[in-house]
Amino acid sequence: MAKNQESSKKSESPQKYDKKFLTGLLVDMLNIRRFEEKAAQMYGLKKIGGFCHLYNGQEAVAVGSVAALDLKRDYILTSYRDHGHALAVGMSADSVMAELFGKITGCSRGKGGSMHMFDAERHMLGGNGIVGAQIPIATGVAFASKYKGTDGVTLCYFGDGAIHQGAFHESLNLAAVWKLPAIYIVENNNFGMGTAVRRVSSVDDFSVKAAGYDIPGKVVNGMDVLSLYEDLKEVIADARKNSRPWLLDVKTYRYKGHSMSDPAKYRTKEELEKYKEQDPILLLKARMLKDKQITEDEFKKFDDEAKKIAQASVDFAEKSEEPALETMYEDIYA
Amino acid sequence: MAEIAIRDALRQALEEEMNRDETVFLMGEEVGEYNGAYKVSRGLLDTFGPKRVLDTPIAELGFTGLGVGAAIAGLRPVVEWMTFNFALLALDQVINNAAKMRHMSGGQLKCPIVFRGPNGPAEFLSSQHSQAFQSFLVHVPGLKVVAPATAYDAKGLLKSAIRDDNPVVVLESEMAYGWTGEVPDEEYLVPIGKADIKREGSDVTLIVHSKPLKMALEAADELAKQDIHAEVLDLRSLRPLDEEAIYESVRKTHRCVVIDESWPMASVGSHVAWLVSRNCFDELDAQVELVASEDVPMPYNHKLELAVQPSVEKIIKAVKTVLYIK
Repeated sequence: MAKNQESSKKSESPQKYDKKFLTGLLVDMLNIRRFEEKAAQMYGLKKIGGFCHLYNGQEAVAVGSVAALDLKRDYILTSYRDHGHALAVGMSADSVMAELFGKITGCSRGKGGSMHMFDAERHMLGGNGIVGAQIPIATGVAFASKYKGTDGVTLCYFGDGAIHQGAFHESLNLAAVWKLPAIYIVENNNFGMGTAVRRVSSVDDFSVKAAGYDIPGKVVNGMDVLSLYEDLKEVIADARKNSRPWLLDVKTYRYKGHSMSDPAKYRTKEELEKYKEQDPILLLKARMLKDKQITEDEFKKFDDEAKKIAQASVDFAEKSEEPALETMYEDIYA
Repeated sequence: MAEIAIRDALRQALEEEMNRDETVFLMGEEVGEYNGAYKVSRGLLDTFGPKRVLDTPIAELGFTGLGVGAAIAGLRPVVEWMTFNFALLALDQVINNAAKMRHMSGGQLKCPIVFRGPNGPAEFLSSQHSQAFQSFLVHVPGLKVVAPATAYDAKGLLKSAIRDDNPVVVLESEMAYGWTGEVPDEEYLVPIGKADIKREGSDVTLIVHSKPLKMALEAADELAKQDIHAEVLDLRSLRPLDEEAIYESVRKTHRCVVIDESWPMASVGSHVAWLVSRNCFDELDAQVELVASEDVPMPYNHKLELAVQPSVEKIIKAVKTVLYIK
């Protein structure tokens, strides 16, 4: 039987990474944070409609795991909380914001909205709006990589709410039986919408469920981008080499409500503040400061740049055209 | 031309397409070592091996979704459901994902996947195993749906479905797997979206699809003895629907009976009847009649289950109604 691994050690000193790499992680997280803040603001102004699930607080998960991938052969799929993953794979803030605005210049031509960010070229296969529905699909993408012999692995992100779906069980069993290179990442932010995980789960540690499929499982710190990157590097290398699935319980926290319509009254301000002390951006910044790999001025410069990119994406979305009416008949059949 | 059973015609289609294209694979419950619950896949595991003929666990949602993922990543899966009754567990993946992937991605992705298996009433199976689901599936933009009822059409349509770049649902019939018909020795395709006149006539158009085709043809034989000449139009494809073929026939006969083994409400049959009423209104000499299954769950008792479904007698009665014959 596969043995679960313990939560990862704290990442070693960032000094073993070059400044460029660390700055890349930091900037990617900052860009997501500032983008999401801008999205929230635009939602308030009714420029964005419908459901809008923000990623604030969870940035390290998408950024650290995507950094460990080779997107020429690897794939990612996620849930409706997908803006961060879209930006992490390199989709432009313009194309994501324009999609939120429902404009023709959006990545999905204004057909998908917040929950359906796609970039086939960058191997970002969505953006799925049904809780847990991406888990079987990601399993199939991993199946295709194995079938074609590309050595590609697939990262499948979903929330702690989705793990109770039957789709999770059916998929992990299939992935285990067929030895598929799929890495199932529970972005465990403690709440399935407004329901605390402890109220609806029989276990605290989701990685133990891996034992039921005889696959390896692991608890991963989702607030520390470097330790997450290191864990994912190892897991991805193993999944690639041995063609087998993994289940990761990534402990993270979302700062905002489930969606923009959720005031998050089910948790205390103190709890939120406690988590913000381990903010993934500030954590990496503090380490880089300590090791003199960044100055306060440089950080401010990156942060200002992130704000500029977010504002520019709004300007781009604002001045983009609405889709023409006849486009409603397009993109249905190939 | 060889005379073969529908199950063998379907197998030939699978075998030919798997030989033609390495990305085509078959998966489902009992398709491999057991050779198929209805023996459609007999011998395919031996020919193509376990990489391309995969026995799945009984987990329709999981393996159907896996197929959708494989399709958007460049393969051409054929997903066999042991029956469409069990496919209800997988409908989230069919309706929310297979049918929507292209749309939600703004045209970036395509999803070339075939969902197939037996649909419609069988025998002695009661309410959960004897249901016709075409009306549920044709409702969904993004899907194509075909319903062959002859060996020729079964082979030609399945081959077209496998080559299509969209999700295609192929509705087969448990009761019809053994029906035989002529199939050419050389390769051929039946295009999706084309109806076929199975019998020409001038007095009334019988519009039918799937297994009730046989009843419509028997009814036409019977009516011919009474000098009533029915044209039998087999829809073959339900989405896209060959509306032009429907109107052309009705404009010729001026009378129309639609036959569908679905329940009557919001069904393929009721939709076709509405289309004819709307678009051939000035051509019709009588109201359009619909012969559907009774609006009840299927009973186990054989006398009752036969009475629930369309029959030769019900079709003849409907024809006489639109001809104002007492």
